[in-house]
Amino acid sequence: MLTLPKILFAYFAVMILGLAGAAVTRRNPVHAVLLVLAMFLHMAGIYLTLGAEFLAAVQMIVYAGAILVLYLFVVFLVDLRREVQSERFVDWHSNSFLVALLLFLALAYGVGRAQVEVPDATAPAGVLHLGVELFTTYLLPFEIAGIVLLVAVVGGMALARRDRAATTAEEEVR
Amino acid sequence: MAEPFVFDVASLALAAPECFLVALGVLLVCAEFLFPGQRLLLPALTMTGILTTLGLVLAGSAGIGFGGMFQVDGLARFFKVVCLVGTVFTVLLSQRNRQVEGMRHGEYYSLLIFAVTGMLVMASAADLIVVYLGLELMSLSIYCLVGLLKHDLRANEAAMKYFIMGAFASAVLLYGISLVYGLAGTTNLAAVSAQIAGRDAASEPLLLAGIGLLLVGLCFKVGAAPFHQWTPDVYEGAPTAITAFMSVAPKAASFAVLARVMLAGFLPIHEVWAVLVAGIALLTMTVGNVIALSQTSIKRMLAYSSIAHVGYALLGVLAGTEEGLSATMNYLFIYAFMNMGAFAVVILLAEKGQRRESLDDYRGLAASNPMLAALMLLFMFSLTGIPPTAGFIGKFSLLMAAVHAGYTGVVVAAVMLSAVSAYFYLRVVRYMYMDAPAGGKDVGLSAGVAVALGLAMVGVIGLGVAPSALVSLASQAGIGFP
Repeated sequence: MLTLPKILFAYFAVMILGLAGAAVTRRNPVHAVLLVLAMFLHMAGIYLTLGAEFLAAVQMIVYAGAILVLYLFVVFLVDLRREVQSERFVDWHSNSFLVALLLFLALAYGVGRAQVEVPDATAPAGVLHLGVELFTTYLLPFEIAGIVLLVAVVGGMALARRDRAATTAEEEVR
Repeated sequence: MAEPFVFDVASLALAAPECFLVALGVLLVCAEFLFPGQRLLLPALTMTGILTTLGLVLAGSAGIGFGGMFQVDGLARFFKVVCLVGTVFTVLLSQRNRQVEGMRHGEYYSLLIFAVTGMLVMASAADLIVVYLGLELMSLSIYCLVGLLKHDLRANEAAMKYFIMGAFASAVLLYGISLVYGLAGTTNLAAVSAQIAGRDAASEPLLLAGIGLLLVGLCFKVGAAPFHQWTPDVYEGAPTAITAFMSVAPKAASFAVLARVMLAGFLPIHEVWAVLVAGIALLTMTVGNVIALSQTSIKRMLAYSSIAHVGYALLGVLAGTEEGLSATMNYLFIYAFMNMGAFAVVILLAEKGQRRESLDDYRGLAASNPMLAALMLLFMFSLTGIPPTAGFIGKFSLLMAAVHAGYTGVVVAAVMLSAVSAYFYLRVVRYMYMDAPAGGKDVGLSAGVAVALGLAMVGVIGLGVAPSALVSLASQAGIGFP
């Protein structure tokens, strides 16, 4: 029976696969990033059809909004014209393709054989429920994630800051 | 679905060491810019904090907290002690190493503390989500520590490689976790174990794929072949004190996770994953010992040696028995002492502008500095596994455990490869004692490194002569084997 949810899922799934495939084969990073952006939006679409509105919103705001913009910033900082012409970082193209293909086949076989119980979709899944879960059952992971972000800030600061010793040495040279 | 967890003080008390370390890390960040001139303040604060944490870990009671996500038991406590001992050594070695390599970062110590926090979380993690987050906390801090020598191209390369490969391994691990979650319906290890116990795992390829991906991610973190390729480059490029740290503490924490996930989560299907682990252990020992033969840099040699030692330590996990687990734990504890000792000698030999990391720099060391050469000899003997050093006790109990579990073939290979390893460890000894010195080696002594050397020496000899205390401590750490 071809219902609307099934048609929607088929559309999103095909688009996600196609966009992801296109993104990893582009040589131009800007094209790749924009394709990934489109893929993220389609993933948000899948979440919507599953009734996870909050997840869909987070997907748009965090992934499509924040992370992708960050990627674009990085891409802008790189000298694109030179980067596109330069040699690949790792020159094992065919090997990695083979490994990826084997892994894909193994996983596809596994997914085909698996009997997964579909979780109850009528369970409460609003923002309120999510918040309660986050601060009760998942309190510890939530707090650890906070510390991970703190480390990102401290580490980023340490790596990006100009060395005081190195600066004085440079000035002496001048 | 478990009962919803409501925050209680008992859970917080269980996690007291971790909470203390987080506070210490934040304090260190603040202290760095409040008292910028104080050179010894940060190491002193760090050392006091680590020792206090060690006390908290040893004094803390066992239990399960945060709704089954956090578990303090013998296993967790033992691995926490190993990680903290490794960190004590690192702090002792850091001052001198930082001076020589010209690194002046207050963030150094706070990142170190955050890395240890991640390790303690990993050791106590009873839930796959907590495992992952602890691992990320640890890894992220270490990526930064490796890259702190910003003006050293080698360090940049090391940090970049470690970061990219590490992020990839984390993604693989997460993929494995998501598959296991999808099939078991829970991320709690005890619940996963109960779920799997009644099933025929061999007929569920997706479950096997999940376990396989988990294993790949963890093997990357411990540096087991064939996921070891990052190790030599990263070890060579990182500041030597951080190399020493990486070869001991993160490995111990990752082994804690490996032991808990494999033995608490997937013990019901031990025979299924044992084949994989046996292959990995065999390959790891071979790759580590054989490639170490051709190294000319002592740091790279010790990197390959650490790969080989991961292979030995995997034998205990492979056995899947109480005896095997406690042998692995013993071994990692002993390994902390002997490896830290060897790295302390490497750090002491380096001078400003002269790395002295080549094996040739050790020629004739016995003539110019007999004391240091004798210590290096001791650590090399222990790494080879020659009695009466601690390395022998550790290796012996691992091999016995694997034999008792019926993996005789793997043990025979391990003994043969161990003989191969004697060549490259004892080559250092031969260079030190039988060759003429090449140039003067005035070694400036540093208090921190001297204490580290003394501690390592006491550990290697003490644990070798009287290992019973350690063995009984480790054997109490069972995680409920059937």
